[in-house]
Amino acid sequence: MSYSVTEPSSRQKWVSGTLVIAYALITMLPLLWIIATGFKSSSDSIAYPPKVVFEPTVEGYVNVFTAQTRLSGEKLNEPVDDLPWYEQLVREKGNTIVGQSRFSERFMNSVIIGFGSTFFAIVLGTAAAYAFSRFKVPLKDDLLFFILSTRMMPPIAVAIPIFLMFRNLGLNDTHAGMILLYTAINLSLAVWLINGFIDEIPIEYEEAALIDGYTRFQAFYKVVLPQAATGIASTAIFCLIFAWNEYALAVLLTSGTAQTAPPFIPTIIGVGGQDWPAVAAAATIFLVPVMVFTILLRKHLLSGITFGAVRK
Amino acid sequence: MSNSTIDRAAQATPPAMAQRVKGFSDRTIAWIFVAPTILILLAINIFPLIWTIYLSFTNFRVNRPNNEVEWVGLKNYQRILGDSDVWMTMQATAHFLIWTIVLQVLIGFVLAYLINKKFRGNDLWTTIIVFPMMLSPAVVGNFWTFLYQPQIGLFNYVVSFFTGVDPASFSMIGEVDLAPWAIVIVDTWMWTPFVMLICLAGLRSIPDSIYEAAECDRATKWRQFWTITIPMILPFLMLAVLFRGIENFKMFDLVVQLTGGGPGNTTTLTSIDLKREAFEKWRTGYSSAYAVILFVTVFGLASIYVKALNRVKQR
Amino acid sequence: MKRNRLTSSTTLGFLAAGVLSANFATATAVQAEELNLCWAAWDPANALVELSKDFEEQSGHTMSFEFVPWPNFADRMLNELNSGGKLCDLLIGDSQWIGGAAENGQYLKLNEFFEQESISMDDFLPATVVGYAQWPKNTPNYYALPAYADVVGWTYRKDWFSRPEIQAEFMEQHGRELDVPKTLEELKQIGEFFQGRDIDGKTVYGAAIYTERGSEGLTMGLTNALYNYGFQYEDPDKPYELEGFVNSQGSIDGLEFYKSLYDCCTPPGASDAYMSQNIDAYKSGQVAMQMNFAFIWPGVEADPVVGNGNSGYFSNPAGPTGQFAQLGGQGISVVANSENTDAALEYIKWFAQQEVQQKWWDVGGAPALRAVVEAPDFAQSQPFAQTFLDSMAIVKDFWAEPSYASLLIATQSRMHNYVVAGQGTAKEALDGLVKDWDEIFEDEGKK
Repeated sequence: MSYSVTEPSSRQKWVSGTLVIAYALITMLPLLWIIATGFKSSSDSIAYPPKVVFEPTVEGYVNVFTAQTRLSGEKLNEPVDDLPWYEQLVREKGNTIVGQSRFSERFMNSVIIGFGSTFFAIVLGTAAAYAFSRFKVPLKDDLLFFILSTRMMPPIAVAIPIFLMFRNLGLNDTHAGMILLYTAINLSLAVWLINGFIDEIPIEYEEAALIDGYTRFQAFYKVVLPQAATGIASTAIFCLIFAWNEYALAVLLTSGTAQTAPPFIPTIIGVGGQDWPAVAAAATIFLVPVMVFTILLRKHLLSGITFGAVRK
Repeated sequence: MSNSTIDRAAQATPPAMAQRVKGFSDRTIAWIFVAPTILILLAINIFPLIWTIYLSFTNFRVNRPNNEVEWVGLKNYQRILGDSDVWMTMQATAHFLIWTIVLQVLIGFVLAYLINKKFRGNDLWTTIIVFPMMLSPAVVGNFWTFLYQPQIGLFNYVVSFFTGVDPASFSMIGEVDLAPWAIVIVDTWMWTPFVMLICLAGLRSIPDSIYEAAECDRATKWRQFWTITIPMILPFLMLAVLFRGIENFKMFDLVVQLTGGGPGNTTTLTSIDLKREAFEKWRTGYSSAYAVILFVTVFGLASIYVKALNRVKQR
Repeated sequence: MKRNRLTSSTTLGFLAAGVLSANFATATAVQAEELNLCWAAWDPANALVELSKDFEEQSGHTMSFEFVPWPNFADRMLNELNSGGKLCDLLIGDSQWIGGAAENGQYLKLNEFFEQESISMDDFLPATVVGYAQWPKNTPNYYALPAYADVVGWTYRKDWFSRPEIQAEFMEQHGRELDVPKTLEELKQIGEFFQGRDIDGKTVYGAAIYTERGSEGLTMGLTNALYNYGFQYEDPDKPYELEGFVNSQGSIDGLEFYKSLYDCCTPPGASDAYMSQNIDAYKSGQVAMQMNFAFIWPGVEADPVVGNGNSGYFSNPAGPTGQFAQLGGQGISVVANSENTDAALEYIKWFAQQEVQQKWWDVGGAPALRAVVEAPDFAQSQPFAQTFLDSMAIVKDFWAEPSYASLLIATQSRMHNYVVAGQGTAKEALDGLVKDWDEIFEDEGKK
């Protein structure tokens, strides 16, 4: 490589690299602490000073998936050898498992509502974005801005009328209601992002297809969609992450049946006092998929978070 | 650009061929494609908004189904705007908004500047730095209450490690002086990467040739920074501020998990206050008026800002 | 209201056909119902799961449970009731909700059912009947069966109290023996005595008290001081007349006392503590005493460190004008919106039986049935049983008005501002509270 005035010197690179890595490590500390706490025993988790070195246990994970109560009466003297390993583990703490916890249900709700709303937002959003990109739609700019404005409203303010509407329709605390709501919210993101991706596809491709005798639908389906596929996929992941992380609306509009994980995880509590390892275990299970998605999304991260306003 | 696109599409679709499209004109297809989106948005956004505006003039309460709903005119608005507690929450929100933006822009810009030095592995580290902002604020906020606990949490020990202060001597979310900063710290931790990414895009959009030309003119690095880098990146920074401003004006999940609005009302942001009015006291009419005031504020501020942003872009 | 879910589901069916099928599945079975019981997530609830297994066996119904931790419980469940939801068939709702739930028809009225099954409210502790079941108070209109009797009391480290060197030092400082405090003033002295003390190489603190901001925590703690210094909710002769009762000189003294207790004797970071934080502080050996609802006592006894006789219990000590303790506890109600009301009533009938109530005590519950708690051997059945009985005899509760939530939110805000955030004076805080409460009652048309 030839010398360039804009190419930083190797000393500059070394200094900036060190600083950035230092920042990255500090910023990761809370996340690493969550993951580590998930493998602590409850007494290690509240030890002071905090323990960096500890004996790992899966207690937290067992607690997150089970409901427990304190051992009482005749059960106290039962032999423990024949019991499954997880029951033995909780018996050591003087507890016994009385059933499953609600965590796996809530996690599944997150999956169903997340994927459901993403699916509808993407299908409807792609169609609308195509129309906005290729056809003369009356009041197009106003419509696009209006679609975006829905994301600017505070969710609590939005929740007041939605709560009343859902109550009259019997949609409170239902999967259908939450899917509908998240679809509506994600539509704005989907339309804006996909609109940008379709704008980038040269219109000549479709023209050629139309002249070859394709119908509009076919041209859309066979020419435009494959071209926009990566963009649509990354948009889908953004929609999914939004629905996955959403808290304010979920906490106000669901109470059990359709409750997702974010309102549930902070309410995890143990037998006799806060069970931080269980909270950390649940958080880990919940957060890791998003970290994986983030890695997959690297290239489109920027356009996703800025509604397509900034692209690389 | 979009107009020319449509024109080109129109030109490329001769009348004869349009008829071949099985009876659907482009216009029909456009409507078929757009209608579901518009319908959903009408049902979930516009209709509720109108309903909210209507309710804001009534004394309706969800938890009093037997009470008659009365039209109270502007009384709700008068009560809110005359309520000193509401202004306190606005102040708390402003403090949160201003400081998170200042810190995030400063740190985010410096980080982007450093990453733009293109050291080896910068992609990997960028991805790692980005993690916090992709995570659920409620789940993370909840865990931060644990990190902030004076006796058993990590935060005070890290502070004590660097400064020698006794970790049991202060409580980030328990003290009036510290709590507003506790929420600023967590939000900055989460969202600095957002500003960083936008700045990075801005820095990378500056053509090398400009710097090369400046170098020929013997401009110092310092001068180049102020006359090239900053003006070129300003629209990007302003965009980042817009996004963070809107997001933090809405802030609810992270702070409600962290402090619940306390101690006292020191971290009661408007969203938290509104939630109490609407979903704990169930003063639906009153809180609808509150919501309308927030809509107007955020739209008003945002559109003024967008105008300014466009002016900067045009320069 | 019932048809709504069905119609809306069909219209929205195209959106989520697969997801919805779960909603229809429950309606078919007639004999064996699936009953969902909602309560707070705490130790007694876990014990109830265990207890309810007998009911499942006898009735053939299956039980499922929805437990929400205290700081979120009222929020979530009142939201559920107000949204007309069907999540809960049975709800063990907090005592203060009864006014609203009764007036808005959210709980079934149980008078007829009680008569039919000859369940008599005279068989339950009077305080719990008034506190958990009646609306309006002191009238024979029942919307719940007393399910869990609870009251704020104190737990202390008997093992520390009994150490000779500590005993000696306390004697020297205060000229009396270190023992269970008889007055709140004595309690504070003990707290100050332990604050910052080194015990077995660890710094310990005086007392863990309620300071939580978000829900009801601070109020549930503070009232224990207010009541005993002369605070009254209203003019006993003139309902809803607050001035001079809520902000009387006694109230001011009580509030100042609680703040001084917070300032002098609590562990670091105790600015947002409720039940579980206090348990943690106590069990991890940070504090000599903790304020908490009686429900924690079985757990304390079972704890490997603080249990086994290392802990003692006492009722909320008296103040200058009297001795009261904040009532906790709940009644069990049938949610009017439920589709399984018959099975739900069956559960209540089962639960009211004396054997079941006795077993409820044995597994860690707290029954309110007099036949159980007034039995001669009850007081000796557990180390904390006598304290429980003494405390239940001196209870007082917060407002149970339909507007209770607004009243509570105002209290939390004003009091947290003063006690924890340290803003203003006690008089200003209480005057502010009178103003807020007056406004709420005026809005309600009660004044």
